[in-house]
Amino acid sequence: MSEKPKFAMYWSGSCGGCEIAVLNIGEKILEVDARFEVAFWPVAVDAKVKDVEALPDGDILLTLWNGSIRNEENEHMAHLLRRKSKLLVAFGSCATEGCIPGLANLAPLGEIFETVYHTISTDNPQGIHPQPVTQVPEGEITIPALKDRVYTLSQVVDVDYYMPGCPPESHQIAAVLDLVFQVLEGKAQLPPKGSVIGAGGSTVCDECPRARNVKTIKAFRRIQEVAPADPALCLLEQGIPCNGPATRSGCDARCPRAGAQCIGCYGPAEGVIDYGARLMTAFASVIDATEPEEIERILDGIPDPAGQFYRFNLADSLFKAGAPAFKHNGH
Amino acid sequence: MSAESKSSKPKVGVYICHCGTNISHTVDVEQVREWAEKTLGAEGVVIARDYKFMCSSLGQELIEKDIKELGLERVVVAACSPHLHEMTFRGASKRSGLNPYLTELASIREQVSWVHTDKAVATEKAKAVVAGAVRRVIQNEPLEEIRVPIHPDTLVVGGGIAGIQAALEIANAGFKVYLVEREPSIGGHMAQFDKTFPTLDCAACILTPRMFEAGNHPNIELLTWSEVTHVAGYVGNFTVTIKKKPRYVNTDLCTGCGICVEKCPKKVVDDVYEAGLGYRKVVYTPFAQAVPKYPVIDAPNCTYFQKGTCKACEKFCPTNAIDFTQKEEYVTIQVGNIILATGYDLFDARRVSNYGYGRLANVFTSIEFERMSNAAGPTGGNIVLRDGKTQPKTVGIIHCVGSRDKNYNNYCSSICCMQSLKFAHLVRERTGATVYEFYIDMRTPMKAYDEFYQRVLEEGTLFVRGKVAQVTNAARNEREEGKLIIQVEDTLAGKQRRIPVDMVILSIGMEPRHDAKETSHLFGVGCSSDGWFIEKHPKLDPVSTMTEGVMIAGCATGPKDIPASVAQGAAAAARVLNKIMQKEVVLEPIKASINEAQCSGCRICNGLCPFNAILFHEDRMVSEINPALCQGCGTCVAACPAGAISGTGFSNEQILAQIDGLLMDVNLAV
Repeated sequence: MSEKPKFAMYWSGSCGGCEIAVLNIGEKILEVDARFEVAFWPVAVDAKVKDVEALPDGDILLTLWNGSIRNEENEHMAHLLRRKSKLLVAFGSCATEGCIPGLANLAPLGEIFETVYHTISTDNPQGIHPQPVTQVPEGEITIPALKDRVYTLSQVVDVDYYMPGCPPESHQIAAVLDLVFQVLEGKAQLPPKGSVIGAGGSTVCDECPRARNVKTIKAFRRIQEVAPADPALCLLEQGIPCNGPATRSGCDARCPRAGAQCIGCYGPAEGVIDYGARLMTAFASVIDATEPEEIERILDGIPDPAGQFYRFNLADSLFKAGAPAFKHNGH
Repeated sequence: MSAESKSSKPKVGVYICHCGTNISHTVDVEQVREWAEKTLGAEGVVIARDYKFMCSSLGQELIEKDIKELGLERVVVAACSPHLHEMTFRGASKRSGLNPYLTELASIREQVSWVHTDKAVATEKAKAVVAGAVRRVIQNEPLEEIRVPIHPDTLVVGGGIAGIQAALEIANAGFKVYLVEREPSIGGHMAQFDKTFPTLDCAACILTPRMFEAGNHPNIELLTWSEVTHVAGYVGNFTVTIKKKPRYVNTDLCTGCGICVEKCPKKVVDDVYEAGLGYRKVVYTPFAQAVPKYPVIDAPNCTYFQKGTCKACEKFCPTNAIDFTQKEEYVTIQVGNIILATGYDLFDARRVSNYGYGRLANVFTSIEFERMSNAAGPTGGNIVLRDGKTQPKTVGIIHCVGSRDKNYNNYCSSICCMQSLKFAHLVRERTGATVYEFYIDMRTPMKAYDEFYQRVLEEGTLFVRGKVAQVTNAARNEREEGKLIIQVEDTLAGKQRRIPVDMVILSIGMEPRHDAKETSHLFGVGCSSDGWFIEKHPKLDPVSTMTEGVMIAGCATGPKDIPASVAQGAAAAARVLNKIMQKEVVLEPIKASINEAQCSGCRICNGLCPFNAILFHEDRMVSEINPALCQGCGTCVAACPAGAISGTGFSNEQILAQIDGLLMDVNLAV
């Protein structure tokens, strides 16, 4: 056995962008290989679940977990890797707050299957509808059943650190790895358990160079409807629903710098309990109208409120899921 | 949970009030008490009691005794709304040495017993409300009250009889009053009337001495032709901005001689004071006894402003007081208290199209009749038809026009019955005409009102009980030819009647000012769905509002007659004097504050503060709250997208703990 500490990375309910982001750190990846023994990383190295099961508990020093908990296999693996790891990091938006997969929580499971397998856009001549258990001549085969809704990692197992971002910025990943290396060398201390790492403590506005004034909004407009948007002025002031004010800093305000509104991928700022609710009250507060009909009209300028306010945070919000999902998922 | 952490929980006492039978009729109080003691024991509840009237001195003593003897560190009183008795129970805590902010009220009357009928369900809900309050109170922090001095000056908005009365009361007590009126003269609606019911004394005779007194009082600064545009601050320390509209008359030079009015060559219809029945000059005072005496130039109608020539007024003014270059001017004043006496608008009779006002010439409104019957009015007090000369032989007076009607206003305008009776008396006295009154119910409840009704009955006025369907000039027979026909179901005779008359008077109701909502926003007071300002308590605090330091008086709070308006003006003044004499005001220590490290200077909160307490530091790109100005309203706390603003008394921990308690499965426990 090597003397090097063990490293693992796992991919559950997510798109895989987090894995790419890790590879995007460039040569530093070689340092990871030099400092760690990669015990388990299905994307990068060949290892089996039974190899992990065979490890003593707590044998893996650092596990980066990306992805939401969508099905029973995700859940099983989360428990397994939690047991085997000293430090379990919820890595990326899916693991920390549910992210895009979490939007499935707006609908009950049955409806999701119906949409995916049986609507007009699906070519499914045999009418296949996946079942967790299927009988075939050779015997019984199983696939992992979906859970009633999408869970974040910390809703299933105890998590040591949270690293937000969809995906986390490569420079932030590199900085976190550097910190880990320093801790290994005894030159630095780990932050308190439960901390958010690889991100700032304030909001995207803090890193945004655009000028800001007292805000009053008479109309919300999609960015393509504002031509051209003032490149030096706060996007929200121009009526473009920018989520920057509620979103954690750490990305260096990439989107607003590039002329696009922040969509909130770095999740809620420190101290924000319900991201969407915070943003809604913030936007509502600066609407410049007094008549109910006028306010209604201005709010109608946000075409997809769930996507605007809960694109990344629905599974981690106070409600966790939309009412239909709760009603029909046996809650 | 370990025994150690359990014992570190603060000791909570829960007190459940029966409120006579107000609560106990719908909530099983004993069951809630037993449940609280057993189930919430794990949360720190060491004692739960119920009592017939917790707010009584015996009830309060119960709490005080427990705080001292059991060493309670938190108290929950499940009773009425905090509006009513929060102060009472905080006082009880304070007396026994517990910080008053460690006591919470759980509303199981307004939010439970009064809104439910099913006792089992209401009892479960009461438990949830109590659980929420217990979890919340554990998170409460002790807070200290804040004392600030009160500015002794007062702003009175509205120069009608209510505002004048309020201003005089305060000024006579020796304190400065700013009296703001948007018309050129004070006096309000009362100045338009001829006689006042039920005594029939002349409105001008009783009003003008008050107007004169207000206009010449050393402690009253009159700001007519002016409007309040901005209000900041809080009780004791308001900063108010007032827009003085240009009069185009230099009041320092003007003597009020009236030569300019006499020489002005242009007349326009006077829609305000004369209710459209008469004319006034373009440079004018609304009426002869106007206070102040200085005229105003009606710029949109002035030939000079339209064409650049004329200037007759300027030429003839003996003191060179005409100044066409005047611009609107803004003045900022500091006051400690504000009285809103902004009055009412009249219902627009055109809206009831079946009564024909605006279409049928001889249909008049009550305010037109007031002007017509006024000796100083456009007809010199002669009651005549629209042609200006013919006296009517029969007159129909229709009550409740726009009032007590689902299509317009549901409420009773309170004064219309009496004004209609007064009209009947005046018509008979001056013309000898036959008068019909068409009423739904006769409402004459105040002092000497019903006696006046009896008098008008005896004078021979004819009363028809029924709601008039329409007023028409479409005659069906010779008798109706050339007349206005009033079609009505006489509900006492039980038949339809068509009564031909020469003149119809519509007794139009009162409506909130058209801009009452804006005024309510400006001063931070509540406005009912109708638009009347909302009193702090409809019975026990009729001239206060939920905003400390802002009082309301007169018809701005709802329709009322002159004595009631005067009484409210005086009552509001008493409230203000009470505050001034206290010299300082105790403010709740509920304040918002910004965590600078979390603030990214997005500036969403900057424009929201109703008290202008938020300032933005351009250099550090962070916002800051001035604790002296913050009133703890919570607007910015809710708006802050970064969660950087928190409010004492309403922290996330407190609110979430309360929600957790409310969502507790009250059946699972025990």
